[in-house]
Amino acid sequence: MRMEPASVDHRGELAPLDWEYVPSREAADLVEIQPRYGLFIDGEFTEPASGDWFPTINPATEETLAEVARADATDVDRAVTAARAAFTSWSKTDPAERAKILFRIARMIQERSREFAVLETLDGGKPIKESRDVDLPLVAAHFFYYAGWADKLEYAFPGLRPRPVGVAGQVIPWNFPLLMLAWKVAPALATGNTVLLKPAETTPLSALHFAALAVEAGLPPGVLNIVTGAGDTGEAVVTHPEVDKVAFTGSTEVGKLIQRRLAGTGKRLTLELGGKGAHIIFEDAPVDQAIEGVINGIFFNQGHVCCAGSRLFIQESIAEPFLEKLKARLRTLRVGDPLDKNTDVGAINSAAQLAKIEELVRSGSRGGRRAVPTGLSPARPGVLVPAHPVHRGVAEPPDRPGGDLRARPCRCSPSAPPDEAVEKANNTPYGLAAGVWTSKGSRILWMADRIRSGVVWANTYIRFDPELPVRRVQGVGLRPGGGTSRAASLSGDAPMSRLDVRKTYKLYIGGEFPRSESGRSYPVARPDGTVAARVARASRKDLRDAVRAARRAFPWMGGPHRLQPWPDPLPGGRDGGGPRGDLRRPAPGVRRWPAGRPGGGDPQHRPSRLVRRMV
Amino acid sequence: MTVLPTTAGPLPDRMTAVTLVSYLGSVPPVDEVAAAERVAALSKRSIKRESKLAALEMAVRMMDLTTLEGQDTPGKVRQLAAKAIRPDPVDPSVPSVAAVCVYPNLVPIAREALQGSGVRVASVATYFPSGQAPTDLKVEEARRVVEMGADEVDMVIDRGAFLSGRYLEVYDEIRAVREACQGAHLKVILETGELGTLDAVRRASMLAMAAGADFIKTSTGKVTPAATLPVTLVMLEAIRDFHALTGRKVGMKPAGGIRTAKEAIRYLVVLYETLGGEWMTPDLFRFGASSLLNDVLMQIRWVKTGRYQSADYFTLP
Repeated sequence: MRMEPASVDHRGELAPLDWEYVPSREAADLVEIQPRYGLFIDGEFTEPASGDWFPTINPATEETLAEVARADATDVDRAVTAARAAFTSWSKTDPAERAKILFRIARMIQERSREFAVLETLDGGKPIKESRDVDLPLVAAHFFYYAGWADKLEYAFPGLRPRPVGVAGQVIPWNFPLLMLAWKVAPALATGNTVLLKPAETTPLSALHFAALAVEAGLPPGVLNIVTGAGDTGEAVVTHPEVDKVAFTGSTEVGKLIQRRLAGTGKRLTLELGGKGAHIIFEDAPVDQAIEGVINGIFFNQGHVCCAGSRLFIQESIAEPFLEKLKARLRTLRVGDPLDKNTDVGAINSAAQLAKIEELVRSGSRGGRRAVPTGLSPARPGVLVPAHPVHRGVAEPPDRPGGDLRARPCRCSPSAPPDEAVEKANNTPYGLAAGVWTSKGSRILWMADRIRSGVVWANTYIRFDPELPVRRVQGVGLRPGGGTSRAASLSGDAPMSRLDVRKTYKLYIGGEFPRSESGRSYPVARPDGTVAARVARASRKDLRDAVRAARRAFPWMGGPHRLQPWPDPLPGGRDGGGPRGDLRRPAPGVRRWPAGRPGGGDPQHRPSRLVRRMV
Repeated sequence: MTVLPTTAGPLPDRMTAVTLVSYLGSVPPVDEVAAAERVAALSKRSIKRESKLAALEMAVRMMDLTTLEGQDTPGKVRQLAAKAIRPDPVDPSVPSVAAVCVYPNLVPIAREALQGSGVRVASVATYFPSGQAPTDLKVEEARRVVEMGADEVDMVIDRGAFLSGRYLEVYDEIRAVREACQGAHLKVILETGELGTLDAVRRASMLAMAAGADFIKTSTGKVTPAATLPVTLVMLEAIRDFHALTGRKVGMKPAGGIRTAKEAIRYLVVLYETLGGEWMTPDLFRFGASSLLNDVLMQIRWVKTGRYQSADYFTLP
């Protein structure tokens, strides 16, 4: 017989939870911003010759963060002279010594990652989760990677002997300020060149803080010089006759201009210019992951990405349901305060950039295209965020040259299977990156062969690591020949013990030496004021882990006669009903360490009440 | 070849081999690396203060407090029931859990102990945890536990049949158990730790929902790995697709291996950002757990008072 259900059916009584994430703001005061920053020349911050300064703003609030010097041709000349002078000794420096300094920089970036992440977000408007989880780890990875190359160049290109080129003039954009610096500066320094860098006008602060870090790491004066300013400063850098190698990342228009200006000068040039990544979705694609890929491709860093996947081709058989899913996913993007850890889309870098995007959206809405409403809107007045639409085109016209923009609406059109997709994807003057989504391995290879593009990602998008052989195969000095001066001998005879390895002391918790969970450290000074070492700054979470570890070690501290065996954590939980903890008593006199990872204490499995009371 | 379904509408009343193959053929594949990346990104959400308290209280409401061991006794079940009704004796504002989940023999004890409390009785059935028995015996077990007073039945699918491609057998068995449940809530355990790939998880989810599951559940808890975030994400995406296809809302229950409040909040974030606020109710989401409850209670007290209290201050389940 069936018993009367006794329990009250609570179905319908409880309304679904109306959940909102309260703001979880990273502390802006983690970084100390000075009111004014000079030009970093010959190891020192100096005043500009013109006496001219310009403000750099926080695009999320439009407040002025600091004043930065505007460098003119005189300042650039001074910086090039410093770099030229430093080149003589830096190019002859033992490669192991160069590696040591770069390794030190890499570690110091890791140890001050939180401070730099906050600075990057304040000055550039990108969400803190991206500067924290993408930019800063990649910056450190690039320095680690190129530090490793410094003393192995001789073996890198069999039969050839790489030599430093000289003074590298580098002009970088505002979309990944510190990461672009790492891409350019790390290989140049590793290979024995000296650098004159001009960060973007709107995002100079992280580069200037990096300069101070480089001094602390022991980089000799003049090896790295940083001048700030607008386009004319950049022009002075690339056209200076004593600059041997020019590297530019930015718009196609400016890149072409530089190419024209440098023609016939004998300077070496690398350009990384605009792209309009094609995203091709086949009907056998892992659909939900492809949606994430498209979102990542076009909204990562507010779309301020040279390889943003802004041209979407979806196989017609799944185009409708795919776009429905994409629209639903777009509505869950969180737009807002870049310092909020839960923000997905932060602030557009500058008011000028916002105006450009809005113009492009307007012009894109003409000519039979329909804008798909994304539901994105400014979080509050003053925050520069466009309602970033996705355009659905009936026909996909070739992109206008010069139409490159580092934040752009996404266009999509349905397309028939492989041939047509390849044809459409290649129908562009750009060729930086493309993405293919399919579960068929042979098709991935077939597509990769036919798409004209620097990178073809398969079932992912915008994945970078320092080894990715795009663009940087022709990085400064990594290509042999062409240099004006002979390379220093790379056969170092300095024993490693002579290297003054500067340490950052870590914490000691549960028998291990972990870095601070906070990603922060502080310097300890010698009596003369120089930095002796850095020490990890413990956070509340480190403290919690340490208390847990101490608690876990507790029965062992009680002495052998009081020893309690430590139950292993249940593999399946009690409901999982895996084997219960090992409750056998250890043999008399046998000490047993608590099982499991230190710090991962399970509150369920603690020494008995009795033991605790005895101490 | 996979083609996303473009039209919504009811499924056939009873699937045949042909309709089932075409239905399962429309299930899109899953990229494991990208799915893991997505949950890793969602795990970084920072849930603080009021949002955290709301999530923790919801986690208590969503909990199926579970004991499934050979050594379970009536006394143990009564104690668990008391804990289920009033999880934190010193803080009456903490709500009761959703259900107590036990083996069939203990259903009458749980039924009696939970009388009038609003906490439901769930029982495992169908030769839990392996499901390796003839269908008629499994159906009979399900019928009996409902007669003994279970409001909810947690059944296991026949993984042997599923993995050897006998999908129609699995489908028919779920249908038969569903009928035997006589209206009791049916949760179908896929035992994702034995299915091998996320593709199989997604296919099994769609199969169970088509056969009439009210909930789909990750694991028995007897197999490692039990519930994981990528598996849960894939099952939630299947639920979303099934809802778009048929208009029916199916619930989700990750079970096994969720021990800390922090993990529970991550599951809620994945739920919230995949299916939206509509699914944030015990009617559509449950946690199968035992040791999770006290960690959630500790965190609730921390959010409320600003102090961590030791486990000594919380009753054992």
